[in-house]
Amino acid sequence: MIKFLVYVAIILGALAIGYLVRVFELASSLKGTKPEVITEKDNKLQARLMLFFLFAFFAYVIWNLVEFAPRMLPVSASEHGVEIDWLFNFNMAILFFVFTITHIILFYFAFKYYGRKGIQVTYLAHDNKLEMIWTIIPAIVLAIIIIFGLKSWNKITSDADPNSMIVEVYAQQYNWTARYAGADNKLGDANYRLITATNDLGMDEKSAEGKDDIIVKNEIHIPVGKEVEFKFRSRDVIHSAYFPHFRAQMNCVPGMTTMFHFTPTITTAEMRKDPYVIQQVKEINAIRQAAAKKEGRTEKPYEFNYILLCNKICGKSHYDMQMRVVVDTEADYKKWLATKPAFFAAPPADATKKEVAEIK
Amino acid sequence: MSDNHGHHESHHGHDSHDHHHDEHHHQESFVTKYIFSMDHKTISRQFLITAVIMAFLAMLMSFIFRLQLAWPGEEFAIINFLLGDKMGKDGMINPETYMALVTIHGTVMVFMVLTGGLSGTFSNLLIPYQIGARDMASGFLNMLSYWFFFLSSVIMMWGFFIESGPASGGWTVYPPLSALPQAMDGSKMGMTLWLVSMSLFIISALLAGLNYIVTVIQLRTKGMTMTRLPLTVWAFFVTAILGVLSFPVLFSCALLLIFDRSFGTSFYLSDIYIGGQALEQTGGSPILYEHLFWFLGHPEVYIIILPALGLTSEIISVNSRKPIFGYRAMIGSILAIGFLSFIVWGHHMFMTGMNPFLGSVFVFTTLLIAIPSAVKAFNYITTLWKGNIRYTPAMLFAIGLVSTFISGGLTGIILADSALDINIHDTQFVTAHFHIVMGVSAILGMCAGVYHWFPKLFLRHMNKTLGYIHFWGTFIAAYGVFFPMHFLGLAGVPRRYYSNSAFPMFDNLIDINIFITSFAALAAAVQLIFLFNFFYSMFRGPKSEQNPWNSNTLEWTTPMANTHGNWPGALPVVHRWPYDYSKPGKDQDFVPQTVPLAEGEVDGGGH
Ligand code: HEM
Ligand SMILES: [Cu+2]
Ligand SMILES: [Cu+2]
Repeated sequence: MIKFLVYVAIILGALAIGYLVRVFELASSLKGTKPEVITEKDNKLQARLMLFFLFAFFAYVIWNLVEFAPRMLPVSASEHGVEIDWLFNFNMAILFFVFTITHIILFYFAFKYYGRKGIQVTYLAHDNKLEMIWTIIPAIVLAIIIIFGLKSWNKITSDADPNSMIVEVYAQQYNWTARYAGADNKLGDANYRLITATNDLGMDEKSAEGKDDIIVKNEIHIPVGKEVEFKFRSRDVIHSAYFPHFRAQMNCVPGMTTMFHFTPTITTAEMRKDPYVIQQVKEINAIRQAAAKKEGRTEKPYEFNYILLCNKICGKSHYDMQMRVVVDTEADYKKWLATKPAFFAAPPADATKKEVAEIK
Repeated sequence: MSDNHGHHESHHGHDSHDHHHDEHHHQESFVTKYIFSMDHKTISRQFLITAVIMAFLAMLMSFIFRLQLAWPGEEFAIINFLLGDKMGKDGMINPETYMALVTIHGTVMVFMVLTGGLSGTFSNLLIPYQIGARDMASGFLNMLSYWFFFLSSVIMMWGFFIESGPASGGWTVYPPLSALPQAMDGSKMGMTLWLVSMSLFIISALLAGLNYIVTVIQLRTKGMTMTRLPLTVWAFFVTAILGVLSFPVLFSCALLLIFDRSFGTSFYLSDIYIGGQALEQTGGSPILYEHLFWFLGHPEVYIIILPALGLTSEIISVNSRKPIFGYRAMIGSILAIGFLSFIVWGHHMFMTGMNPFLGSVFVFTTLLIAIPSAVKAFNYITTLWKGNIRYTPAMLFAIGLVSTFISGGLTGIILADSALDINIHDTQFVTAHFHIVMGVSAILGMCAGVYHWFPKLFLRHMNKTLGYIHFWGTFIAAYGVFFPMHFLGLAGVPRRYYSNSAFPMFDNLIDINIFITSFAALAAAVQLIFLFNFFYSMFRGPKSEQNPWNSNTLEWTTPMANTHGNWPGALPVVHRWPYDYSKPGKDQDFVPQTVPLAEGEVDGGGH
């Protein structure tokens, strides 16, 4: 019934506009003007709108920057991330300049040269010099962008330091598991055919390197100031391990192992004291508390945490595939790791396995 | 619409290549005239109307998921109204429906609207008209291409009516997600429909493309050399070549996926444990799929934008009453873009674990493509300089395109820098980039084309006031929607998330999402105005005179009627390039291509 009424309303609405347009057209043909012909008045109005748009657009862009930029990610918590941020700002400065210039010219011309009687059009079909200029200048600017970009890219993707700590991040629909390499800093073999309810990662019992491997769910701890080499695997579909606060990302692809290494530079505790972060957390909590109050529930205050999230569409709960990342001081990290038994530890191994299975 | 077919007149004008028309066209019935028509103009209208409907549906889908993003978990009567009780239960969508909507929205917009619709409408309309041909090289293949397209569109939408729902792995449908029915409901029957639909679409695109290429090469009228072709035709021509070279790769890509899904092969699958079971397949690689997909996928984005740029070149020149600046540089840019677009696909895969050196190569080639793109933008701007701009709605849309093409192209340069892509790959920043540079630009270009060539399509004019409102509403809404989206990406928000509420760190972004959705509502509302104007003017708009924009190109030398064979008499003969606007020493500010050169007059922009 409601559907029917909506359809009727739509049809009536369309008819009404139809009549309006008709009346309008008839009126203008009575006046002897053709409604489809573009008049000088039209040109002038649209030209002014173009100029107005130019100003409004830049006001809007600036408003966006002022209003939204403070909600961006805080300072990078990794060494290479600082370089990425610098590079981003550097490129943005160039591009913003180009954006500004081209838009000013575009809309100014659109305003200035609107059609009217008696205007002198310049018949200009081409100009080799101009065309050379705007081929060569972009080429030079792009060369600069490429050189800076590739310098950083090569540095970031170069081989990890052989002494870096190895951690495996294992993806599955819809959670993450971390595996620490243990004292030998070597990950044991694993095979998807060995996966069982209690052996989530398909670890191979016979692999000597795997004896001391430690499996952790829910959160991943890494020590500050130490390079970590992450190795990524996936059990089912492609996922992407995205650590926004560290400006790090790598796809997790079933059937292969991918890698990414970085050095965290700011502990979680330190980051929580960063004024920018404090401000953001304050705003977030205000929003959360207000929402909770409206719904009549209580809400624990949010505390800043680093996060690992899935950034490749992977199924229905793709939007909620996350793991907390904690950057500790070296001492705290060691203390934390010591509480975690190896997966294949001698009795009470059963207990550990059970715990892992339950969380799943 | 009035169809004054000048059948009898068209007889003597027929050339040998289409003598077969003579045999049947007296028995032309409603079916052969409007449905299974082989006439390029009718086929063009069929593509356009289908595309307008598909675009409208795809827009509604986006509006539904925008509501979810701005007000997650809230109930909306309109969602229930549009999706029914199964998908839109209680006026909400669940994560699976969300992903299905995102997927079909993307696929329909990219393929049905901006590939099939845009090229299908304007290549069909303008190639024969502007090169001075009676029709396409093969009217039959042309007709088939439309009907394959139609079938493919229907099958794509069919997914919404089956139990397990449509494909939902994103428009790129990466396996293993799309290959394994266990992975999500959308990978069941819906994915099969998607693959069938795309296969039909590819057939349609290939039939159409081959036809366009042959027509441009073979059927140009006397005097129409390649360097006298309007830039529209150049754009359609190169687009068709890109399509013919890249769509077969997508076909293989889809075929192997069909094998993996149905026949137990493992092209894309390896070492997978899913649904409590270890799969037998080993040795394949999902990365292979990505390579094959993007080998089409990147040329595809240029298949979308080149025709829009071609239309823009023509419209900007005609309405500035000036020759397009740098005609040859424009052709060079089209060719350079066409070539380069085949060697940049890896920039979609920087984060797949690709060898970093290979990544560097793709950074290099990708940034190279920005140079011809920049040349085009500068040439448009210079064409406006010291012009005498007539603001038809089409002209407004064309200028809007130049703006969005620049803003979106610039963020492409950020994404192409692999080091920067690490942090923004697959975030909302990418969504913002490609919507502005491709989505919005191509839609603006398509609208420009519709307003400008409406008199050739339906022999009437669209209402200009509604056109002005449509332009400003669309243009403002486009920046309202997509500009803030960059910031979401920079805050770390991924694409294709059903909701951001699983992450408290994103809670302070909710008002950005509300802002975006409000502008999406504005965009949708002004499209209703367009829709009205389009159908109203088709039947009741003021009749157009023969050459309403004082253009030089050949389509305006045909009578304002759907003449079979286009020119009632002999084919026109071309004497000059198409951009002699405001040429010094002429008494009019345009000189049609059919006007012979005066003594001592230089062709091609000299004077
Ligand atoms: C200056 C020229 C351009 C450059 C340098 C550029 C660069 C890029 C890069 C590097 C990506 C991948 C980003 C990522 O996934 O992380 C991308 C994505 C994309 N670009 Fe561009 N682009 C340019 C122009 C265009 C144009 C003209 C179009 C279309 C007309 C376009 C359409 C797209 C689309 C559709 C995607 C997203 C595909 C997806 O993942 O769904 N780009 N662009
Ligand atoms: Cu995932
Ligand atoms: Cu691309």
